[in-house]
Amino acid sequence: MRQQLISTRDLPRGEIEAVLDRAAEIDADPGAWYGTHAGQLLGLLFYEPSTRTRLSFEAAIKRLGGDTVNLGAVEASSVAKGETLADTARMVAGYADALVLRHPREGAAAMVSEFVDVPLINAGDGAGQHPSQTLLDLYTIREHAGLDDLDIGIMGDLKYGRTVHSLANALTTFGARQYFISPPSLALPDSVRYDLDQAGADVSQHAELEAVLDDLDVLYVTRIQRERFPDENEYQAVAGHYRIDADLLSTGPPDLKVMHPLPRVDEIAPDVDETDHAIYFDQARNGVPVRMALLDLLL
Amino acid sequence: MTMTERELHVSKIERGTVVDHITAGQALNVLRLLDIDGRRGEVVSVAMNVPSERTGSKDVVKVQNRELSQDELDVLSLIAPDATVNIIRAFEVAEKHVVERPERVVGVLSCPNSACITNTDEPVKTRFTVLDDGVRCEFCGTIVREAITDLLSS
Repeated sequence: MRQQLISTRDLPRGEIEAVLDRAAEIDADPGAWYGTHAGQLLGLLFYEPSTRTRLSFEAAIKRLGGDTVNLGAVEASSVAKGETLADTARMVAGYADALVLRHPREGAAAMVSEFVDVPLINAGDGAGQHPSQTLLDLYTIREHAGLDDLDIGIMGDLKYGRTVHSLANALTTFGARQYFISPPSLALPDSVRYDLDQAGADVSQHAELEAVLDDLDVLYVTRIQRERFPDENEYQAVAGHYRIDADLLSTGPPDLKVMHPLPRVDEIAPDVDETDHAIYFDQARNGVPVRMALLDLLL
Repeated sequence: MTMTERELHVSKIERGTVVDHITAGQALNVLRLLDIDGRRGEVVSVAMNVPSERTGSKDVVKVQNRELSQDELDVLSLIAPDATVNIIRAFEVAEKHVVERPERVVGVLSCPNSACITNTDEPVKTRFTVLDDGVRCEFCGTIVREAITDLLSS
């Protein structure tokens, strides 16, 4: 396993499968892994809000017997005095055995990787990448639908959604057919399309979910971010168009699985939660065993 | 100024570099790219839209007392892919170079993505991978295919 997980670009299938396999072993017998990394410290550098990612990394290292050193709120640290990210990361790398970084700037983790010599995990760099989310997404897909011969719809904010960027790259290594569903203004960025084209990905773009619903094994829904729209009416028009509920899903394949990296706002109606389609809470739960596996392989 | 003096400056230099076959209209960007602004006292001659048999029209830049390095020549290829470079010593062409596209350019271009980590106070130089039809930021992944000269940092 490489020492740093910055992006899913160029992440070989074998390395992805090694994490998923280890996560499955951990899931099958979590107790066997308790204490296997006693005394090891994970440095948490979260420059942006996080609930699931931060908590699941904390849970993961603690279940392995380790602990965290946490930068905490940026306002209460030397960052508020103007310290650079490079300096802060170098300093925390001296205290911890590995680092987890979330930062609003794209490329932040790639930069930090040049300043630290401990394992580094990119936990989100602006609208760039979120590769550990992708690992738990793939783990969830493998559990519920299988990764072979997969037809997956990815819907919502494909332009700014970092989970989408990471997932699309990784799915390509599994030969999945990817249907991207979004308004034109939120279509995949040029850089992601370029990577998919270079990798020979099987992709298509659509404005309407109904056009592809029958073909899907998995529908991956992302939040359309209100703050991206200058006009509230425009946001409402777009967001309403990409909202799913139980009635809509009843017209699609009975085995269709619905995923979401969470948090959701109203893009998935609560009545979907009780259907067999909904696997997004299981997806969130998988954050712990998958991050345990990742840390186990990196540390 | 007599005609003879003008011809000396424009057509012959004792020592320095002549960049020929620059894409028409790019001469000033070439100077910008090479950080040549005349403030160091070097004599700089610029000819724009000179008729050319090969390309219809071209720009030419001559810089006295300055020999361009291979790195500088490589970066030049991004905006003047057909340029030829003659290094002049004692009024003679001592070396002839054709520019080649480099694999990457470091610290020369700024990233147009305002959210890129390189557009902050972090201690990092910009770095771009050179693609067949553009350049790509190695930090945020942004691809630029047009108006690359707008990204010149200096």
